[in-house]
Amino acid sequence: MAGNPNIRELKKLKEIARDLRIDILDMTTHAGSGHPSSSWSAVEIVTVLYFGGYLRYKTEQPLWPERDRFIMSKGHAAPLLYAVLARAGYFNRSELMRLRQIDSPVQGHPVQGLMPGVEATTGSLGQGLSLGIGHVLGARLNNLHYHVYVLLGDGECEEGQIWEAAMAASHFKIDTLTAILDYNKYQETGPICREMALEPLVEKWKSFGWYVLEADGHDITDLREKINIARAPRGRPSMIIAHTVKGKGVSFVESDYSFHGRALNQEQAERARKELLCS
Amino acid sequence: MQLGEKAGLKPSKPLRDIFGEAILEVCKENSKIVVLDGDLGNSTKAESVRKAFPERFFNIGIAESNLTCIGAGLAACGFIPFIVSFSSFLLCNAYDQLRLAIALSNINAKVVGSHGGITLGKDGPTQMGIEDLSLMGGLPTFVILVPSDPVSMHWAVKVAAEHSGPVFLRSSRVAMPYIYNKLSSFEIGKANTVRKGNDLTIIGCGLMVAMALDAAAELADDGIAARVIDMHTIRPMDRDIIAKAAEETGAIVTCEEHLLHGGMGSNISRVVAETIPVPMRFVGLADVYVESAAPEDLLAKYHMTAADIVSAAREVLKVKGG
Repeated sequence: MAGNPNIRELKKLKEIARDLRIDILDMTTHAGSGHPSSSWSAVEIVTVLYFGGYLRYKTEQPLWPERDRFIMSKGHAAPLLYAVLARAGYFNRSELMRLRQIDSPVQGHPVQGLMPGVEATTGSLGQGLSLGIGHVLGARLNNLHYHVYVLLGDGECEEGQIWEAAMAASHFKIDTLTAILDYNKYQETGPICREMALEPLVEKWKSFGWYVLEADGHDITDLREKINIARAPRGRPSMIIAHTVKGKGVSFVESDYSFHGRALNQEQAERARKELLCS
Repeated sequence: MQLGEKAGLKPSKPLRDIFGEAILEVCKENSKIVVLDGDLGNSTKAESVRKAFPERFFNIGIAESNLTCIGAGLAACGFIPFIVSFSSFLLCNAYDQLRLAIALSNINAKVVGSHGGITLGKDGPTQMGIEDLSLMGGLPTFVILVPSDPVSMHWAVKVAAEHSGPVFLRSSRVAMPYIYNKLSSFEIGKANTVRKGNDLTIIGCGLMVAMALDAAAELADDGIAARVIDMHTIRPMDRDIIAKAAEETGAIVTCEEHLLHGGMGSNISRVVAETIPVPMRFVGLADVYVESAAPEDLLAKYHMTAADIVSAAREVLKVKGG
């Protein structure tokens, strides 16, 4: 299947989001480890980008120079990245079950060059935005007009490099890059507001020269609307702070942040699957 | 006595000036080369490109992590980024970025660490790149080049641009006299024998190659014929030339402007141990930080002069002689 699906039907996009959640569940439970809850919080964001007509890509030519870029900066959401790439047609879905297995290219965190469609090596947090700037500067030199999307984690914004990149993106007047922050409010060891004072986030990004929007990160219609606004050229980079729920879609994971970095066991996975199928 | 004088070497400009000329040259030849500066282009001399090709020169500011990843992003778009800053700042600040975005991703990016060694002198230990070779050693996909004179610097910059994959290149503030000429040839991973001899071998890199040649000239006065090898590529290391030197000369001294721990010498000793074990001695920086001072005073105080290489040679010859 080639790229550029432009699905307008809300119901269809919701179905894809649900199926991606099930893929994430299956692959992490099969692997026995991984970050399902951090993947689930960003499912709608990634669904809209890949299937809602935003990213232009050719699955048969993953390095097509004119493709739009999607950089998964929060690399621990690798299961989501692999799931969406498989569903987009970059590789067979059977590959998903090779996550974290010996001799498999499906690494626990994404490694550039191993799986088609993976744009960057991430997993140590903080690097994706800078990589995205590099892709934009490359576009300028090559006279290409693609758009770069970078998905950031909220805890990731504790990394100093994020703010180096924030400063540089506005310095270089980059307006072909849209960052989306998966603001699920939790980091590895607990609620972000308890572990590190990240707020006021909107003001921080604004003061770095960014055009800042907020969105409901699980509302496909709202995400569409905000991405449309964010993409408009205005001489500066755009940030969509997407409010999300960590573990979205599975009630007993949503209420328990200890699931960060933990896969569900078989029994939990069965319960989760039932919930997801009913959604 | 000036460096290289005893060996009859012709003096040259500071190595960083040569780098400035070399990077401009490759930029003229290849429009895909871009230069990323950590706001030190006037010191590293990468600014030569800023004047000639402003559109291909990016000052990313004082932000080495960002600098490295922006370079990696440009590499992913088909450009050949030369990421240039002081070794100490670039490698120590952006090690994680060098590791993920360049080494593990195995992309075609070039990293130039300037002001390697202790001979930047008076700016002091905060600015000195005394651990760059060991740090780069921890990034397996990087080729590591250490030019020792103007000719090898020109080669290193050119070959870094031509080689497909990550390359680290060490530059220095200090002047290194001419060891090579127009007819000299180089190859990544093939060390150069710059003086013949069969009594012992001195293996050096960078500044210490000229120092080794001075030492060899002094040893020759006593009738000792020292072979001198320029290990311009630290990885991949030329195992054959080391094994041959061990076999034919039976004793090895290494010298480097770097910490002994994890530097060139310790890597050579692994090859010697695995091939033909012979007695060795190591000239370089012991486990210390040096202070702000004139380069020649630092080299003398920390036992990195031609005289120190001569002492090490006499010592290792005693062991060899049994």
